[in-house]
Parts: sequence; C-alpha cells; structure tokens
Amino acid sequence: MSKMTLSRRGVLTTGAAAGAGLALPTYLPAASHAGFTNAPTGSTVTLGFNVPQTGPYADEGADELRAYELAVEHLNGGGDGGLMNTFSSKALQGNGILGKKVEYVTGDTQTKSDAARASARSMIEKDGAVMITGGSSSGVAVAVQALCQEAGVIFMAGLTHSNDTTGKDKKANGFRHFFNSYMSGAALAPILGANYGTDRKAYHLTADYNWGYTTEEAVRTSTEAIGWETVAAVKTPLTQTDFSSYIAPVLQSGADVLVLNHYGGNMVNSLTNAVQFGLRDKLVNNKNFEIVVPLYSRLMAKGAGANVKGIFGSTNWHWSLQDEGSKAFVQSFGTKYGFPPSQAAHTCYVQAMLYADAVERAGSFNPCAVAEALEDFEFDGMGNGPTLYRAEDHQCFKDVLVVKGKENPTSDFDLLEIVEVTPTSQVTYDASIFGGELGTCNPGA
Amino acid sequence: MLGLEAKDFRLLILVAILTMAAPFLLNPFPEGSGLAQFNAGYPDLMQRFVIFGIFAIGFNILFGLTGYLSFGHAAFLGVGSYAAIWMMKLLTMNVIPAIIVSVIVAGIFSLAVGWISLRRSGIYFSILTLAFAQMSYSLAYSVLTPITGGETGLQPKVNDPRILDGALTEGGTPKANLFGLEMGSSIEWGVGNWLFTFNAGYYVAAIVMLAAFYLSIRIFRSPFGMMLRAVKSNQQRLNYTGLNAKPYTLAAFVISGMYAGLAGGLMVAMDTQVGAERMFWTASGEVVLMSILGGVGTLIGPVLGAGAIKYMENILSKINSDILHTWFAFLPDGLEDFVVTLIYPFIGKGWHLTLGLIFMAVVIFLPGGLVEGGQRIARLFGRKKKSTDTPDGKTTPAE
Repeated sequence: MSKMTLSRRGVLTTGAAAGAGLALPTYLPAASHAGFTNAPTGSTVTLGFNVPQTGPYADEGADELRAYELAVEHLNGGGDGGLMNTFSSKALQGNGILGKKVEYVTGDTQTKSDAARASARSMIEKDGAVMITGGSSSGVAVAVQALCQEAGVIFMAGLTHSNDTTGKDKKANGFRHFFNSYMSGAALAPILGANYGTDRKAYHLTADYNWGYTTEEAVRTSTEAIGWETVAAVKTPLTQTDFSSYIAPVLQSGADVLVLNHYGGNMVNSLTNAVQFGLRDKLVNNKNFEIVVPLYSRLMAKGAGANVKGIFGSTNWHWSLQDEGSKAFVQSFGTKYGFPPSQAAHTCYVQAMLYADAVERAGSFNPCAVAEALEDFEFDGMGNGPTLYRAEDHQCFKDVLVVKGKENPTSDFDLLEIVEVTPTSQVTYDASIFGGELGTCNPGA
Repeated sequence: MLGLEAKDFRLLILVAILTMAAPFLLNPFPEGSGLAQFNAGYPDLMQRFVIFGIFAIGFNILFGLTGYLSFGHAAFLGVGSYAAIWMMKLLTMNVIPAIIVSVIVAGIFSLAVGWISLRRSGIYFSILTLAFAQMSYSLAYSVLTPITGGETGLQPKVNDPRILDGALTEGGTPKANLFGLEMGSSIEWGVGNWLFTFNAGYYVAAIVMLAAFYLSIRIFRSPFGMMLRAVKSNQQRLNYTGLNAKPYTLAAFVISGMYAGLAGGLMVAMDTQVGAERMFWTASGEVVLMSILGGVGTLIGPVLGAGAIKYMENILSKINSDILHTWFAFLPDGLEDFVVTLIYPFIGKGWHLTLGLIFMAVVIFLPGGLVEGGQRIARLFGRKKKSTDTPDGKTTPAE
C-alpha cells in the first residue's frame, strides 16, 4: 500500500515540476554558443554582488549591498534615477541593461579569499552571473579578480585600496574605481607639508600585511620628497587590539609625527591609544606632536569618536561634497535608507553604473567588448569630478579628498570635513611602476 | 573483494556510486524553478564536497581512532596548498606533481608538529596544535609574505617560470590540467529543464577521494587501526603492557596530516589560489565540526558532515530577503512580511546560526552524528535485519 502512495506522489511531483519548468523559458543550453561565459539570452541579466556580510568589514559590506540594491532599482527604472541623471554618458535608459531586466544574486565573502572565491564561483557556475562586483579588502579583491579573469567574466572591484589590485596583480577583466595607497600618499604630502612644515620626523606604525606595506611605502616616499625624515617604521600584527606597547617608544624616538597605516578596527584602537597617551599634547622638537591616518572612512571615524578631531587623512568620496552627482546620490540613498552613504557604498554604486553603461555603449555583454568600452573612458557627474578609466591598468584617475576629523561634529555622520580636493594631475602616476601584467581579456567559453 | 569484508566493500561501492552520480543527485530540481536555489550540482560545490570529505576522513583517522583532538589541522591543509601552488608556479600546471608534493610537504610538517605536540595528550595536545596552526597562519599572513603572498595570497601568473610547460599561447592564462585535460572544463547535458554538469576537476577529485576512502577503510580494519583504538580506549593500560603508544599516535598524526595536505593540494588543483585564511583556527574548528556532525569514528560520517556543512555554507548563505519574498509572494502582504522576518535570521548571513542549531540538535539527540540518524531510520523500516546488526566500524563509534 505504501508503495502506491509513494508512486502517486512521485507522479504528482514530477508532473508539477515539469509543468513549472515548461512554463519558464529555458536559457541555459544556448550559453555555450554565444562566445562568452554566461551570455544572457532571456529577458533578464544576472549580476553577482559579492560583499562581506560577516567578519570585520560586515558594516562596509552591508552598506555596499544597500548601494547595489539602489543601483539595480535605478537601472530598472525605479526610484529617482540617482546618478543616471548627472552621469555624463546618457546611454542608460532606465530599462535595465540592453533592455534586459537586471536581477542579482548576493554572496558572503566573509573577508576571506577562499570563501569569496567559492561564493563568486557559485554565482558564475550556478546562477549564471555575467559580472561580479564588491568586496571590502584587497586580498579578496585580488583573489576574486584572478578568478573572474579565469572564468571569463568582468570584475568590478569594490572597496580595495592596495596598490596591488591594479598594480602587480592587475588583470584584464578587472576594474577598480576606488583610489589607492599611492594616491593617498601623493594627495596627503602637500597638505601635511603646508600644515605641519617640511622638516618633520615621522614614525610609522604599519599593519603587518600587504595593504599596510603599500600604504607605508606610498606615504613614506611622498613625505620624504617634501623633506620629512622617517625615523622608524614598526609593523604591528593585524590582530593587535592594544597598541600601548607600540605607542610608548614613539616619544623616545624623537619623532614629532605618528603615521598610522591601519584600517578598520586596527585604526580605531591605535588612534585611541595614541590619543590616550597624550601624544597630541606633547611638544617635540619645539613642534606640536601630530598624528596622520592615510586612509579614512566615516565608519572608522565613528568608531574612534572624539579622537579623530583635527587628524588628517584621505578618502575616496564623502557625502558632504556639493557637486551635482554627490548631491543626487546622497539624496536617493538617504530617501531609501534614511542616512547618508559611506564611501564604500558610493564606489560600489558607481561601479555598477559604469558597468551597465559600458555594456550599453558596447552593445554587448561580452567581457572583451565591455572592457574595451571601459578602457580610456572619460566621464563626469559621478561625484568625483572628471574621471578617467585608464586603459593600461584599469584604474580610475580622479580627484582625491584630503579630510580632517571635524572639531564640532553636528551628527553621527558629520565627522569629517574636507580640507582639500587634490586634483587628478597630482595623483597620477606611470602605469608601469608597480610591475604586473594586465594580460588580455578573457571572454571564457 | 580488494581485501575488504563484504560489508565494507558494499559501503565502498555505495560511496563510489554516490560520487560518480553526484551531478544527477545534487541537481534534483529543474532550472528556473523556485527550488533550483537548492541545487548543489555545480562544479565548485561538488569539488568542495569531496575535497573536504578527504580532509574530514583524514582528520577522523586521528580523532576517531586515537581520540587525540587536533585543533590545528588547517595548518597542514594550508601548507599542502602552498606547496602545490609553488609546484604549479615553478614546475608545471599539471596537477600530479602539485598533489604529490603537497602530500609530502604536509607529511614532513605534520611530523615536526606531531613530534612536539604528542608529548602531551588531552586538552594540552589540542592547545599545542592550535598554537602551531595559529603560528603558521600568522607567519603566512605577514612575516613570510615573500613566500606566501601574505594577505593577497598566491596565484599562477602569466610570467611564472613553469619550466616543464611549453610557452603559453598569446593571451592565454595558465590553467590547472591533468595531461592537457583542464580541471575547469565541463560537459553540460540538458534533459528537459534539467541541466547536469560533468566537470573534469570534480571527477579527478572524486577518484582521489575514493582512493582515500578505501585507504581509510583498510587502516580502520588493520591491526594498526586496532592499536589506535586501544590508545583511545585506555592508553595507560596499553603502556602498562609494555607497549609504547607514541609511534602509533605519531603515525596516525602524520597520516592524517598527509590527508589534509592532499585535500590542500586538490583545492589548489581545482581552484588555483591560496590565501592564508585557509589556515585560520576557524578552519581547523570546521573539520572538527564536520567529524562530529557526521559521526566520529565511523567511516562515512565525516564525509556526510563535510557535505552538510559545505552545503549550508554555500547554499543557505546565498538566500537573501529578496528570494524569500518571491517564495512567499502567494501570502497576503502582512503575513508575507511576517513569515520573511521570521525566517530571515536563519538564512543569508545567518547561516552560522542555522548550522549552530543543527549542530546542537545532532549532539543532543544523535550523539553518533548523522550516521546514527541514518541507522535509526534504517532500523525503523528494516525490521528483519535486526539479527545481522553486528558492531563494526560503520555502525558504532569506535569506543
């Protein structure tokens, strides 16, 4: 008897499943004939948003995801259109990309290269994503970029600041809008020189991993060029939470500036320790002791609280910018979520838009066509002023913001003030200085 | 058959059938249907199933047989991975040298770690191995950056030496292969709305896994395996009989380290990238979870546990609130939102929570792991078989 029941249920399930299946368009078998990986053939196109949802950068990841959802809404014609109204290229119509409705899948990078690659591979192999974007660490960005190069899809990097992403590890299928360590150094040095003088002695505390190294190197080179002297550079373990033992030797060294090449929780802790030790009230070599943080983010400033007041750093974008693009983005992000976007959200939103626009202009989702459309593409109205996507290393060149912790913040979000917008020409470098091989674009299948 | 008892041989055949038919078994839902979300039959995840299966089988040889709980097994996986990627960078993109060298290097490293750690047992042994693993992780992440690539890890580059390989074709990228058969290449077979993917890399990994599984059965049934069980049940008594247990435990430690190295080498062969996080202590903890979830000391348990955890990590974590809303769209608006809010904490980034709950349930209600669950179900339906229920490696934890 039980056998009867089972087989009847089996028949019903199979029938229902087959019916459901028949009702939907079949899109997969054609994929291998279109000449590139995951060619979208139905009425939709799938993008993969691979962001850290757990781990140390979960806050940034959550903000990135919000930005992507907003971008998808705008691309599909919903909302107020956001940056599509101010973008200098008018190829996007608000009817999806090339008329195909934009759908997306999400994944958790866990800020681990392995997990990030697993999640990206499942997006490519299972969900048929034609582009992967996101991430909040250079290690992950480099790992996923290499994967996308192999698989033959486009990678639009999210928040990644290391020189390596578009330097020694650059790939033809990968693109970065965010700025890098070199630009931070080049933008900061003149401001530091103007405010603190050109005969300073600097002491570096550097997070002991790739990003720390490239940032230290960049700040060192550019400050030494204006006459500063580097007294010492000490590496601190990434997992360090108490920096007191690293702060104490700073005063004995005769240095009068402390550079904290730290990011995220590291920076929050080291800066708090340094301020608690009273470094900023000290007079060394007859000069006020100063602290510098090369890479700032609003989320970090929030973590460090009052300690950031008056401390210089650089950032990719800040919501208080007054150009049309920034205002439009803050407006539509704020309307949807109730608070201003972070720089991570901004760069991810812009990357999604730039990809969509490049596809429209190229008239194809083929990674090689998209890459060609992005290379040497000049645009404006995305919040950073006139910007160039350089063909040699797939890095965006745009103005860099030098910011300072605000003395009298009016709200939780109003923590940084813009000191200067460093023009593009000052932060541009030769594409060959970091080595690496771009290779040629890989369309996959 | 193959030097196995009939029962073990049947188990081996069953595992062989399951792994060979995995592309079908893991893709039960047609493409485009709502349930396709739960399909796991894509190359990356299938490869992960068998690779972590090997890792867990190896771990089980140490933990399941001798009872020594190593909290640093990820270090051997990582060391194996680094060895494999260097072989690919320097020698050839063929996976054979990479896998062999990864096993050897992990074996040597585990010999050194085991030599020191096995001076202690119980919690002290666990802490020692944990310390070694964390040390390896920190070294790989920062101090050894020139060798390990630090945070960004290592990948094959176009301009690597690869002395045994011919020059790349213009614009080509180095791809892992087995005598020309690329690990990433797949054959797709569409039947109606179903799409089955047969991936070369998966089958290579699956065959290695079967060999590893066979070897583990032989170890379980050998006199050596019996000695290891003796260590677990009462090491003191063993010492009093005049036997030195250290060579046995060290051998078990090195064997399971080599299994981990093999898994590490295969991971690189399937996905040519290594990062230091692979050695982080959570990765070591994961394999402990896999073994316990599946059933410690059983032959098939660790493989099931590995599969269950990897499935949740890759499938549950990708369900987002949007997908939930489409599933429950048939409900009235208010109810839909309510149901989605209710389920949301358990999917997406909350998959750890689901895993934790399942793990707790298994430990409390099924101390023998998923294997015990399977046995209980089998007992429920197979009334006649009661008499043949003899204790062996498959049906009882090795106490």
